[in-house]
Amino acid sequence: MIAAKAQRLVVLDANKCVGCQLCMLACSSRLTHVGPAKSHLLIRSAGGIERGFVVVVCRACQDPPCARVCPTGALSPLPKGGVRLSSSKCIGCKNCVDACDIGAVLWDEELEKPLICIQCGYCVDFCPYGVLGVEAL
Amino acid sequence: MSWVKEISKVLYVDLSKKTFWVESREDLFSKWLGGIGVAVQLYKEEVPKGADPLGPENAIVLAVGPLTAVFPMASKTISVFKSPLTGTMAESHAGGRAPAAIRFAGLGAIVIKGASERPVYLVVEGERVRFRDAGTLWGMRSAETVGRVLREALPGAGLRTIMRIGRAGERLVRYANVIIETYRHFGRMGLGAVFGSKKLKALVVIGRRSSKVPKIREYREAYAEILEVARGAATKKYHELGTAANVLPLNKLGALPTRNFLSGRFEGAESISGERLLESLSRRLSCVGCPVACIHLAAIREQYEDEKYFYKVENVPYDYELLYALGSNLGVSDTVGVLKLIKVVEEEGMDAISAGVALAWATEALERGLITKEHTIVELKWGDWQAYSKSLHYIVEQPNDFYKVLALGVREAASRYGGEEFALHYNGLEPAGYHTGPLYHLSLAIGGRHSHLDAGAYGMDEGLASAKARVPEPEEAVRLIASEESWRQVLNSLAVCLFGRRVYGPGAVTKALRSLGYELGEKELEELGKSIYLERHTVKLSEGFRPEDVKIPRRVLETPTPLGFVTEEYLRRGIQHFAETIRKQGR
Repeated sequence: MIAAKAQRLVVLDANKCVGCQLCMLACSSRLTHVGPAKSHLLIRSAGGIERGFVVVVCRACQDPPCARVCPTGALSPLPKGGVRLSSSKCIGCKNCVDACDIGAVLWDEELEKPLICIQCGYCVDFCPYGVLGVEAL
Repeated sequence: MSWVKEISKVLYVDLSKKTFWVESREDLFSKWLGGIGVAVQLYKEEVPKGADPLGPENAIVLAVGPLTAVFPMASKTISVFKSPLTGTMAESHAGGRAPAAIRFAGLGAIVIKGASERPVYLVVEGERVRFRDAGTLWGMRSAETVGRVLREALPGAGLRTIMRIGRAGERLVRYANVIIETYRHFGRMGLGAVFGSKKLKALVVIGRRSSKVPKIREYREAYAEILEVARGAATKKYHELGTAANVLPLNKLGALPTRNFLSGRFEGAESISGERLLESLSRRLSCVGCPVACIHLAAIREQYEDEKYFYKVENVPYDYELLYALGSNLGVSDTVGVLKLIKVVEEEGMDAISAGVALAWATEALERGLITKEHTIVELKWGDWQAYSKSLHYIVEQPNDFYKVLALGVREAASRYGGEEFALHYNGLEPAGYHTGPLYHLSLAIGGRHSHLDAGAYGMDEGLASAKARVPEPEEAVRLIASEESWRQVLNSLAVCLFGRRVYGPGAVTKALRSLGYELGEKELEELGKSIYLERHTVKLSEGFRPEDVKIPRRVLETPTPLGFVTEEYLRRGIQHFAETIRKQGR
């Protein structure tokens, strides 16, 4: 289920996030496995839930640092921004995780591979409060 | 892998030996689904007859179910333990991130037994447990600080639960709670004291795994249908004003317990209502997997007295039961005052309902001269929230014999100092805030956990009142209560939030289960509910609980409800009928 057009996820208003993680569950159920840890985005508290939430999504960088540090070329930048993971090339070194300053390269602990968002926008429809959106690149 | 296999791992932790192991308990999860169904069985295996609730022989069972974290509103962890308040098997549910974390740690249940000789906290990641020294955390004044320290010290942000006790649990206040994710609780029946007795300060669970869904298309379809209902009228009340929406309607009905149940109407109801609190609403929160966001936080902005250019803003969670227990039932109508009392119980880690009812009894006992200011240290007067605030801290600090006794619950306090006729409790558990009529009070006497949530019988009373219908005979009332309580055992085994009870009718439940590979029809589910109902009650009977011995607080009979006066005869007949029925069924 690869996004047909060039687009990226955007956080419209993190203040409206209630921390339900329906987006994370949706992301994981897009494939055949469910579980927040299989999600390509992360909702965590901003230092205690009384302070609200941090909505961590890949912002489809133009010149993505994660791809630049990949020693095996498993991450390929796309023309308009964002990256694709070629899983068979990935050796699980986690360089990409360290390279992403916003922490948007999440880790699949079961497969020992990064979870790279493909910007499909499936999660957007599951947010009850309009926190997430997509925009064209 | 079948879903049953997927969810049936039980993690056992022995705090005495500092050991842990995992067993696959497909035997239990295939027969009893999960949640309360499984937890009761684990309790039966682990807790010997005659166990001291605060001794190492008591065990803490936490269980989730087949729908946990994969269906909307399947957001409860069920805890079962022997209650230090009632002396029998107890049950308390909590949401937050706990269910998802336990489930995706790959576990269906956690059993914690034994006791540590020194304070520890546990970090569970997958099937591995680390025992950590809690010497630094022990004695911290605020349970919120404990949460912050652990949050910063440990990995797994967003995928973990941080359960902890406050000082109340450490000091074995019998109605101490366990706080999770700052604003959710295993609130009732004293799980916090059981943690404290085991020198267990906190339990952190990190869940990083996933599960393959057997029938992904059916799953997505069932999920979408249930999500739509969960976002609609079925949960509107919780979604908008939250449970605080109950204050005004219950007051209008004359069912809002006020000043230790002396009245069902509170002249200050307006100022502790959901509508009024909307002015201070600062944030709404959800448990993982729930679109409703029923958790409402109010912000209090406060100027420092000595530094007028310093302000602090604090967030306080509010819910109906807290507004009753620390508001109307103490005559507190100051909006900020009631929020500050909630803040105190949050910091100390104790159940707001039990604490509020204990203070209401103390206020009346003081008024009537059964006790003096020597006992209470502060002058307790209806509405004086500053005095109540100090008194709540004294329950934890226990500076004299009186507060040592008050920390044991209202039953103990009244048996020592008198005033049993206005000590509100059923089998030792202080009641939630509904003086709706005879079915509610009967349900507290005969419910598995003596809780308003056993059968939601306040709703039955309200229905009768609004339809101006005849109150059923006590025997019929017992049947209605038992039937609702039985169905709720299914929901509590799945384990879905009871706020989703209108979302999860038998049809929705079967459909959800089918997508996970279960072949359970509606009839089988109903039968299962009845079996679990019977199991719960039979365990209590085997522990020596006698329904006939439940005392009816005379105050309940003296204050009219929307359905008129509740009579002792009605309740006694109901209790008698329940006792006979349950004993017969149990044989």
